[in-house]
Amino acid sequence: MRLVVPLQGVVQGRGGLIFGSLIPCALFYFLQLYLKRHRSPRNPPSPSASLQNLAEMNRTSSRSNLLSRGSIGPARISSLATSISKPNDSPYYIGLDKVSEDPYDRFGNPDGVIQLGLSENRLCFDLIEKWMLENLTDSIRGRDGDDLSISGIASYQPLDGTMELKMAMAGFMSHVIGGAVSFEPSQMVLTAGATPAIETLCFCLADHGNAFLVPTPYYPGFDRDMKWRTGVELIPVHCRSTDNFTLSISVLDQAFNQTRKRGTKIRGILLSNPANPVGNLLSREILCDLLDFAREKNIHIISDEIFAGSIYGNEEFVSIADVLDSEDFDKSRVHIVYGLSKDLSLPGFLVGVIYSLNDNVLVAARKLTRFSSISAPTQKLLVSMLSDARFIKEYMETNKKRIRNMRDLFVSGLEGLGIRCADSSAGLYCWANMSKLIPSYGEKGELELWDKLLNVAKINVTPGSACHCIEPGWFRCCFTTLDEEDIPLVMERIRKATDSRAS
Amino acid sequence: MAIDIELSRVAFSNTHGEDSPYFAGWKAYDENPYHEADNQSGVIQMGLAENQVSFDLLEKYLEDHPEASTWGVGAPGFRENALFQDYQGLESFRQAMANFMEKIRGGRATFDPDRIVLTAGATAANELLTFILADPGDALLVPTPYYPGFDRDLRWRTGVKIAPIYCYSSNNFQVTPEALEAAYEHAVSMNLNVRGVLITNPSNPLGSTVQRSILEMILEFAVRKNIHLVSDEIYSGSTFVSSEFISIAEILQNRGYNNVEKERVHIVYSLSKDLGLPGFRVGTIYSYNDKVVTAARRMSSFTLISSQTQHLLACMLSNKEFTENYIKTNRERLSKRYETIIVGLKKAGIECLRGNAGLFCWMNLSPLLDEPTRKGELALWKIILNEVRLNISPGSSCHCLEPGWFRVCFANMSEQTLGVALERIHKFMEQRKNLQ
Repeated sequence: MRLVVPLQGVVQGRGGLIFGSLIPCALFYFLQLYLKRHRSPRNPPSPSASLQNLAEMNRTSSRSNLLSRGSIGPARISSLATSISKPNDSPYYIGLDKVSEDPYDRFGNPDGVIQLGLSENRLCFDLIEKWMLENLTDSIRGRDGDDLSISGIASYQPLDGTMELKMAMAGFMSHVIGGAVSFEPSQMVLTAGATPAIETLCFCLADHGNAFLVPTPYYPGFDRDMKWRTGVELIPVHCRSTDNFTLSISVLDQAFNQTRKRGTKIRGILLSNPANPVGNLLSREILCDLLDFAREKNIHIISDEIFAGSIYGNEEFVSIADVLDSEDFDKSRVHIVYGLSKDLSLPGFLVGVIYSLNDNVLVAARKLTRFSSISAPTQKLLVSMLSDARFIKEYMETNKKRIRNMRDLFVSGLEGLGIRCADSSAGLYCWANMSKLIPSYGEKGELELWDKLLNVAKINVTPGSACHCIEPGWFRCCFTTLDEEDIPLVMERIRKATDSRAS
Repeated sequence: MAIDIELSRVAFSNTHGEDSPYFAGWKAYDENPYHEADNQSGVIQMGLAENQVSFDLLEKYLEDHPEASTWGVGAPGFRENALFQDYQGLESFRQAMANFMEKIRGGRATFDPDRIVLTAGATAANELLTFILADPGDALLVPTPYYPGFDRDLRWRTGVKIAPIYCYSSNNFQVTPEALEAAYEHAVSMNLNVRGVLITNPSNPLGSTVQRSILEMILEFAVRKNIHLVSDEIYSGSTFVSSEFISIAEILQNRGYNNVEKERVHIVYSLSKDLGLPGFRVGTIYSYNDKVVTAARRMSSFTLISSQTQHLLACMLSNKEFTENYIKTNRERLSKRYETIIVGLKKAGIECLRGNAGLFCWMNLSPLLDEPTRKGELALWKIILNEVRLNISPGSSCHCLEPGWFRVCFANMSEQTLGVALERIHKFMEQRKNLQ
């Protein structure tokens, strides 16, 4: 009733009926708003946690005094952790998750998702198994001399790898590139896989906020491995299908200048040679040009050569170490990353290598390996395996043949569907051009196709956009986790899924 | 001729701490290591907390179970295991770790294998947790004296600071509510954002377990300030009497796994100390907080354990007979070693903090100092290193405010070597007495 008296005055004054009806409405609206605001609890960061917390407060009332004003929510985690723990938003990772939820198995789960998104090599697993059956009897405790005790490998080892393993790796790496270069074990730092090798190098070469130039398309994992904890930026240097995605120095230069203009410091170039996902090689000329460029701009070059042992084509692979050796380039700015997981059919081995002739980098990297050292029993096993020259020679030759064979079968299978692949001589994958199959020419269309392939055809391939490819429609398909018998099924599934779109 | 090309701040920082006496002593040892037969006048390494007293038990297991070290090759499931490489970690291994951790705590706490995140050593686990719980420039509260490696592991790449909680011998270096508050307030006054408390229980370098009431006090403090609590329990299996170790997991369980409390608690563990396998590089983070588990798992891709090692340890740790016998025998042997060194030191006139865990004792040499300062302590340390030829760790490298305390390891050598070390100490003390 208190409201009515003033209203009367308003209604009887100027404005009359209009005000007479507007004002009550307005007052009613504000009343609602007031009630609503004061009904809901104060806004905690995550509603479900706070509801749970409120319930806990009631149950453990004696401890409710411990909660100070406004700190109902759980203790915050760092911004880094917050962004890392978000649900996967890259197709690369979403696809991997899908496969682990519903993995294809020819007998156990024939309708599962077929994995073509993980560049792992399982083709020569049988050779590894055979070697282990014949050799792995006591290699843990060792048969060298009379030292059968475990204390040899149980104790703290040099954190950057034992000298025995470094020597074995140096020999292996040299073998892999056809003996063109000999690697010095003392210039090596070993890590538990190539992932920490790349990150460690990044920590040594760049500060938070600095950048690396990276030719596209590139391995999606770099966006995590190089950026997450280091705070480094990756600047894409776009390559195009017109010249089979070959790196152009002028485009590199452009990217360098543009980045510098906006005030970001470039620390180096990150190369993958052989390239992932395209599978092509950098020529000797381009490597020389890159070394000149790096010297001119006073930056580093990281050359990730992890697929050096997966060369099946006839083109000659030239390691940047080879170019450094033969020409008079500044050796202190080049760092090579290598790893065993691609070549030795055993991803679980986890051996990564940082090879550098820059002693300052080595000193720093060495200290950082305490956070990612290789397990001693694994080091011992690998020394044994890598020192078996006869086995390694046979393995590498067979491996090449089998990769070549799978690639030919897979690529011709795709060709049967009208899908052509980029020219490649290396890697465990092919770079397929499905631009004719995407509903619209752009990233959106590409992702629609990717989604259809993943959820309808149930094959996990990696879309070019996840690799920062500037041309839509390209997909990376890894074929070394397949059996030959699975290839027709893969092609059939693709055909069905993409045909139905047309009809 | 090479142009001096720039490296990063991380590369040039000396936060790795390798210039401190803690590491200088190691260098001296490396140059002239004691050997029972070949170099009896060499430096005896008493600065390395390694457990070598139970190798024979590990040996025997491996002898009796070749399938563990042959990776199960030839057996069904080998291919699946060998090809497995996922940052989730082998399920059988996580299960075995959870069981092992439960056994160590006498079943007084349970662990969910899905909350276990694997890392290549506790060093990596501590660094990973720091990346996850704090932003660069933030601070973690850590009671002194603490493991010198924390200066590097918690701060180097993370950019996080350590705000020390000062503890004193007057109450056996236990954390007090006043010290905790003071450390917090001091950090706040320096405009630091305190994100958590990190305790080591059993403590390194003290060699003693943290009392129940103190654990509860720290937990309640963490709730009050809404910060995290990390409990590094790497020496939990090295407590001489099982019931004397109270894990933060046990406290949480007793309090009904109260959400407000548990979501801020994270435990670090490793097999390097209890199982004497530092070369295997096996560490874990156990968190009651789902986001932390997710973030830690993903970040563990930088610090994975080889599947071969996971398989070997899964076999070993799921063998009930082996683990029960190992845990019991290991405790007994460490206890015996501890008694030996304490008695030996007492005979030489040296007092130690009363300890009940770990691979070291916390020795008080303050009466021997020329001056009651860090300088005096380092002078004494140098004498002990160069004349007595023992590498022990000076308290100042552990950030102990009271000069004259030293950490002395006793489990990384044979009984015979320990005897030699004690003889040398005895002689040294005799000489000092005679000089006075």
